Amino acid sequence: MTGDKYNAVEFEKDAPILVMERLCKSYELGTMELKVLRDIALTIKNGDYVAIMGPSGSGKSTLLNMIGCLDRPTSGDYWLGGQNVSLLDDDQLSLIRGARIGFIFQSFNLINQLNVVENIEVPMYYQGFSEHESAERAIELAKMVGLSDRLDHRPSELSGGQQQRVAIARALANDPLIILADEPTGNLDSESGSEILKILVDLHLQGKTLIVVTHDEGIAENAGRIVEIFDGRIKRQ
Amino acid sequence: MFIFRLKRTVRLGIKSLWMHKLRSTLTTLGIIFGVSSVIAMLAIGEGASRAAQEQIARLGSRNIIIKTVPPPEDKDVGSQNESMRVYGLTYLDAERFRNSITNVEVVVPSRHLVQQAWYRNRKVAIEVIGTVPWYPEISPIQVRFGRFLSSIDMHHKQGVCVIDENVVKELFVFDDPLNKDVKLEGDYYRVVGVVSPANLGEAATALESDRSKAKSQGANIGNIYIPLTTIKNRFGEISIQFGGGSGRSVERVELQEIIVKVGGMDEVLPTRDILETLLSRFHKKNDYQIVVPLELLKQAKQTQRLFSIVLGSIAAISLLVGGIGIMNIMLATVSERTREIGIRRALGARKRDIIMQFLSETLLLTFLGGVLGISLGSLVPFMVTRFGQMPTVITGISLVLAFGISGAVGVIFGIYPAYRAANMDPIESLRHE
Repeated sequence: MTGDKYNAVEFEKDAPILVMERLCKSYELGTMELKVLRDIALTIKNGDYVAIMGPSGSGKSTLLNMIGCLDRPTSGDYWLGGQNVSLLDDDQLSLIRGARIGFIFQSFNLINQLNVVENIEVPMYYQGFSEHESAERAIELAKMVGLSDRLDHRPSELSGGQQQRVAIARALANDPLIILADEPTGNLDSESGSEILKILVDLHLQGKTLIVVTHDEGIAENAGRIVEIFDGRIKRQ
Repeated sequence: MFIFRLKRTVRLGIKSLWMHKLRSTLTTLGIIFGVSSVIAMLAIGEGASRAAQEQIARLGSRNIIIKTVPPPEDKDVGSQNESMRVYGLTYLDAERFRNSITNVEVVVPSRHLVQQAWYRNRKVAIEVIGTVPWYPEISPIQVRFGRFLSSIDMHHKQGVCVIDENVVKELFVFDDPLNKDVKLEGDYYRVVGVVSPANLGEAATALESDRSKAKSQGANIGNIYIPLTTIKNRFGEISIQFGGGSGRSVERVELQEIIVKVGGMDEVLPTRDILETLLSRFHKKNDYQIVVPLELLKQAKQTQRLFSIVLGSIAAISLLVGGIGIMNIMLATVSERTREIGIRRALGARKRDIIMQFLSETLLLTFLGGVLGISLGSLVPFMVTRFGQMPTVITGISLVLAFGISGAVGVIFGIYPAYRAANMDPIESLRHE
């Protein structure tokens, strides 16, 4: 089973690629049931640029994990690219994560012992790309984010902005349906932060679907749509 | 596709191990020592067992050796009084063996004396064996030059001898020994043949009774064979020993040894019992000893088995310790790399991908340890043979075994850390600092 299965379907612009219906997530804390997400209904179309905002503790992170297929809902349905994620097992979840989602984290989350190209290759490796194919694409992506002269550098030899650009290239590796960025500028100074934002906007303009979780009103302004979440419910969208 | 994945997994493993060179080296040491102890112990055990078996086999697995020993009850009185002690095997015994036991194929009686042998002005201590022409049938010796003793030599009690190559080396440095005369206690013996050394080694020494051991410690360098009739004629059967203390002892012994060869190995033990019965009827004194090389062989094999079990357990324990060391380090590595595991899971790694990654790292460590351990372990027996004068044999099986064990240790002790890594919650591990 490889990513081909999940990447085979092409979606037209504005096709609904992410649909959540009556999605609930609760955790058991001893005898108490903690409802983190309640009746989430959310539809995101191909090519959208969505900002998810909300105070801490609002269930924002859980929703992010849910979208990123890192967690499964307690009840309700979640369709990603026409596939009902709620029904998948752990292996299928892993594969769909690798094929459909491109993660960008606040703290970059690069693998320290790998260089720039190898870091970008990681998602392709798990989708079963050949070595030659993935290396070629990784170099291409590194050039695209402006790191052509840093190909064999380790993350520790790069600035924060450069590391986040590697992470963006890595997120694009499998040409995912959705790029999911969690506070992408949170650990950066304003200058490199705006560089990263510019790249994200460029990606949106190229037709990529972006979901950005942020506190930053500035980022939210860039987005075509803001989803506010409060106390486990979507307050405004 | 699978091969491609394997290649990259292995390369990734090497990269991760390379990041912690010292840690990886120290971890591997446990396996290195474990594997090398397996190899070394098997080699030493195998060497010892082969040497023992070879020596015993040289004594002849179808032979039964009956030796004259001084009767124990005589010992107290023996050295003090002047009277002659008469004991031991006789020509009559040999005759009885030949005539009354059907299984017996060959009976070889012999007399043994330790003497000085002279050739010109050279002198060596040798063992004189007076025996019969068919002696080579029960002994590993082979004729190199000339011939062995003949029945004509026997009949005419001729002064001829056959010497072994060790004697040739010492006595005839540059001369051709054939047809030269060797002097033994005033008489000359013409050399008619040269044989290979009997070389019974330690196994034979172990069989010798105390008396003859003491004699053979007089460093006789080889054997000289003369006809049994000649030795009886020229040396007689009475020996006078000036023993320790005041007295001297006079003894009369007809034959020091009779070796009986039977038709097959399964006849050895029954024949031994018959011989025992026969001898006990005619010998009132307990003046003989029956030695069965086949039994010694069995004993040696049993001892060997015990030895192997002990050595094997030691090696197994050291491998176990090495394996636990590896597991310990891998668990530490896994918890140290929790975040990496989270990242990989988020980027599409399945549980089995994570298992493969960590298991392959463990296997790399153990295989590396296996290879180095085999090299080190092969060096140890070499040194033991070189400096310890002990035979060692490294068998192909022991190499395969050691390598297989190191692989098994890798899998057994690597699977749990890898499993732990794979079952970490991706969300939790991504948050891990």
